Parts: sequence; structure tokens; C-alpha cells
Amino acid sequence: MTYDGETLAQLEKDAAAILGRYPVARSALLPLLHLVQSVDGYVSPDGIAFCARQVDLTSAEVSAVATFYTQYKRRPNGEYQVGVCTNTLCAVMGGDEIWRQLSERCGVGHDETTADGRVTLERIECNAACDYAPVMMVNWEFFDNMTPERALRVVDDILEGRDVKPTRGSAKVAPFKEMSRVLAGFEDGRADEDQGLGEPTVVGLKAAREQGWEESK
Amino acid sequence: MTDLTPVLSATWDAEQSWKLSTYTDHGGYGALTKALGMEPADLIAAVKDSGLRGRGGAGFPTGMKWGFLPPDDGLPRYLVVNADESEPGTCKDIPTMLSAPHLLVEGVAITSYAIGSNHAFIYLRGEVVHVYRRLMQAVREAYEAGHLGKDIHGSGFDLDVTVHAGAGAYICGEETALLDSLEGRRGQPRLKPPFPAVEGLYARPTVVNNVESIASVPSIVGKGVEWFTAMGTERSKGMGLFSLSGHVAKPGQYEAPLGITLRELLEMAGGMRNGRPLKFWTPGGSSTPLFTDEHLDTPLDYESVGAAGSMLGTRALQLFDDTTCVVRAVTRWTEFYKHESCGKCTPCREGTFWLAQILERIEDGHGTDADIQQLLDTCESILGRAFCALGDGATSCITSSVKLFRDEYEQHIQQGACPFDHSASALFDYDSAPAPEEAHA
Repeated sequence: MTYDGETLAQLEKDAAAILGRYPVARSALLPLLHLVQSVDGYVSPDGIAFCARQVDLTSAEVSAVATFYTQYKRRPNGEYQVGVCTNTLCAVMGGDEIWRQLSERCGVGHDETTADGRVTLERIECNAACDYAPVMMVNWEFFDNMTPERALRVVDDILEGRDVKPTRGSAKVAPFKEMSRVLAGFEDGRADEDQGLGEPTVVGLKAAREQGWEESK
Repeated sequence: MTDLTPVLSATWDAEQSWKLSTYTDHGGYGALTKALGMEPADLIAAVKDSGLRGRGGAGFPTGMKWGFLPPDDGLPRYLVVNADESEPGTCKDIPTMLSAPHLLVEGVAITSYAIGSNHAFIYLRGEVVHVYRRLMQAVREAYEAGHLGKDIHGSGFDLDVTVHAGAGAYICGEETALLDSLEGRRGQPRLKPPFPAVEGLYARPTVVNNVESIASVPSIVGKGVEWFTAMGTERSKGMGLFSLSGHVAKPGQYEAPLGITLRELLEMAGGMRNGRPLKFWTPGGSSTPLFTDEHLDTPLDYESVGAAGSMLGTRALQLFDDTTCVVRAVTRWTEFYKHESCGKCTPCREGTFWLAQILERIEDGHGTDADIQQLLDTCESILGRAFCALGDGATSCITSSVKLFRDEYEQHIQQGACPFDHSASALFDYDSAPAPEEAHA
């Protein structure tokens, strides 16, 4: 274990908070792995050993769990995970072409990271935003109704060090480690940030009002 | 013409709709107060009488699921909400939790009281960080206001709620795989029986329900069983979110009584993009057999969709027009099932692998005359023989598309190439997409 004293103390404090949420310790394993990613940027050997100690498993058992889930990264991840949905609906609506252009621009393929460590590209599966297809996710925030031009601008902004903002979600995308800490179950005080409503979310509600529907209290 | 019936979506466009104050301004947590004044058995009976059926795809009667729990033995029992929305095409629970998380939290509180659970879990897929923020905040707000925690509303009922983020695995939407994942294991399905009602989370009696099912509970309790049963068809009661996506003019969430038709929904959604003809669609996600324009008037309820050869599923209506290559679409879905197969059982693990190989070769123009029959044979080897529904679901789009569009498969094989221009089905023109250098302008 190579964590310095301060890092380890914070990790142990956070791990205790996570363990406190569950009646059985092992349930804490998934959030603990997100926590490790929030410190190391991936599921590191140190992180696996740390998790194993917290939930009284062997490192092999923790690895077996970590490798099952695509969000746990086995190599240092880029600061921004850029995922292009290439499942059927998004692919047909343009996701394949967006993917092609992003991959060309970044010079990397699926699950690969740019040399400067800024962007890891990923072909992702359906992210439950099909009414906004084609969809892209940056550190698991929604970038809806993408075109190659819009997607390239987002990636260029990231590569050139600028913040990017999702179309639905927070005011700006949190870097990978910060985002991973939220996924470990720690609030970051940004829940009220909002980019306004996307049309597909309320299109039915508006149509209902046109039909004369009124909310009955 | 069937009118839309916003219930879950009624407040989504309110100012800061996700806040507790907004929710209570619209009557939120009133149903919880009412429920806490009732006997748990009466609540279960009310949900049974409402006819509410699982909104996560399978359509099992929700009240009946609650009723399967064995009598109280004084030890823990759990409610687990399945918020792992991942079925391709399905996009209803995410906007619900983003815009109205308290609807779910109130539903969790009422359901937990009804089934005698003092600890509930919401298992959210990990790939939606802002939804997780909203859910965590909603739970915290509810604790602070006394809607969760100790002695809720002075009733003596205690409830803790843990919001848990997954880590990217479609299979965790299968309820027993979800339980294994929540226990800190690889998300692989369990042998049933025992069913979760008897031995679920930590081998204790557990109810697993979809987000939309639980979010429907407050309105049933608050407005009454008769209000709910007045909507829908004879055996498919109430309202549901219909999610239109794909080549439709106005995609999005349309909340309507079960039994509405795609023809009616399409009219509200402005028809197909550019007025092109509808070629094929999924009534309930990629695991449900494909429909065509012949099914525009099929009532979208559990029975009618089933009788027409598909499943209502999650009401994820993915619409594709005549520019779309069905072989390309099916190939991509199959690659998804291959990727998401958990590997536990041989028919699904090996079957989806070979299905993807064969489909890729057909789509690439290297298919042989024997391939179509090989696809059907392989599907037959999976259907009904896989450990869980993922394997069955993987075969749906293949067998239904071969039945409906066999000529298109044959065309690929005979021509040695895909006969479609893929750019024609995109929302933007491939040609006008900027060259990388121009994107800066």
C-alpha cells in the first residue's frame, strides 16, 4: 500500500461513511470502488487492496467484482470520459458518424486515452436518453442531440483546457475524479444546478395542455 | 382520440421541480400521511385493486408481488427500487428522477410502510451522475422534513433509504442480478426459486419494483383506486409514460392511459420525420419483437401487444423510417446483448457471441445462403434455455426481423453489401459535417 498518511486517513474516513449506509459490509464494495477511482483515477492495485481490507475480502475477490463493471477502469483514465452512444437508435440517427469523427480527431479508439491524459473515448451502450438521440456523455452528464460539429467542439474545448457544460445537468462537467466521488455517494452541493428543460422531456406535458388538461391538485 | 394524462410528469416544468418545496406545493407527501393512517394490509389491497402492473417491463401485478412476502418474523425485510434503466430505447425513469425525485421517495416511503420494511434501497445505474445528485438531495431533504427517518409523521414508523449507484452493467436490471450487485458481487442472476419475496437481499424477504411502479403509488393512494382504474383498459389499468424516439418529428415523453395506440401518439408527436413512412418499431425496448406500420392501431396495453406477437415492455417506442437498414439495426442490438451477457449460462454467453458474428458478416456483405437459417437455429437454442430473460430478449429482434424482412437479409447476401445509405437515416447530412479543421470556425 503506497497511499501517504493523509490520503489514507481521508480514504478510511470516507470508507467508514460508506460502510455505515449498509447493514452488510460487502454491499459497500461498489461505492468503495468509485471512491478509489476518485483518488487514483482508476481502480489501482492499491485501491483494490484498500477495498479488500474494508470489506474483508481477498484482492482477487475484489478484482473479480471490479472487472465485471464497465465503469471501473483498469488503466489510468482520462480526466474526461467521452462516451458516444453507438447502440442502435443513436447509431442510426448519427452516432456512428459522430464516433468516427471524434475518434479521428482524438487519434484514439474505444477505451483509449489521448496522450495528454485529457480524454478517454468510449463507445457506450444506451444511456436512457433516446428521445435526445444522438447522445454523448461526458463524465456521465448528458450531451443531447449531438452533431459531429457540436461533439467536436466539446472535445476540442476539453483538449484545450476549457470547461464544458452539458445540455441537461450541472453547470459544468466535473472532472473524472470529482465525478467518481459523487458516484461513491458523496454530495457535492451541485444538485440544484440546471440547464433548463429539454423539449422531449416536456413535449407530452405541453401537448396535454393543448388538449385542455389542467393539473388537478 | 385518447387524451394524454400527465400524472408522474405533471410537475416536470415547474420552477425547480426537483425540490421538496415544489413537490409539497403540489400536494406532495400528502399521500404518505394518508397511508400512515391506514393498515398496511389495506394499502396492499388497494394497490392490488388498482391493477397496477410492473412498469419495468415484465408487467407483473405490483400489489400481488407485495402480497407474496411471508408473514413478519420480526427480522428485516427490504424494498429495493430498480432504477437501473438500461433497456435500449427506454428513457422514462431518468427524466422522472431528474425532474421529480420526490415522487419516487414518497412512493418508497409508502411502499416500505405497506410491506413492513425499515430500510429501502434505490439502485440507480451509475452512468447518470446528475440524477444521482438529485436523488441524494431529495432523500436528504425528505429526512430533514421528517418524511424519512425515525417516527415518520409521528406514526411510529421508521425508514432509512440508501441511494446506491451501480457501475455499468445492463444485466443489473434483472432483479436477482441487481440484488447480487447490491450485495457487492458481480451482477449475475440467481436461480429462482427462491424468489426475492422469500429470499432476496441478504436472503431476507425483499420486494424489487421499478421506479415508475413505485412513483405511481402516491397517486393511487392519494387519489384513490377508482381514479386509477378509470384509466386504461380492462386488464391494463392506469397511465404510463410512452417514450417516443427515433425518426419522429417530436420525440419525447408522452404520459397516457395504457391502451393508447401508436397512431394516436404519432399524431401528437407530429408524425414521422419529413413525413417518411414508418418501417419498423419496438413497442417496449429492444428485447420486444419488432412491429411495423401494420400495428399502428394495436392498443398499447399488456394483452393487446402480447396478442399481436410482441410485449408492452417498457413502452420504449423506437421508431425507424424506410431509410433504416433493419439488418444494421438488429446487428447493433445483438452486439449489445453480446457485450452485456453476464457469462453465467452457456446458451446466452456463446449464443449471443455467434449471433453477432453471423450478423456482422451479413451486414458487411460476406453472408452466405445458410446464414439466415443459422441465425434462426441459434436463436432457437437460446430461447427458453438461457438462465434469465436477457438471452430470450436477444433473440426477439432477430427472429421478428427475419420474419418481417427476410428479403432484406437475402438482399445483403445476394448483393454482397448493405443496400442502404447509412447517412440517409442520420439527423444530419454526413456530407455537410465539417472536416476536422473547419470545426473550430
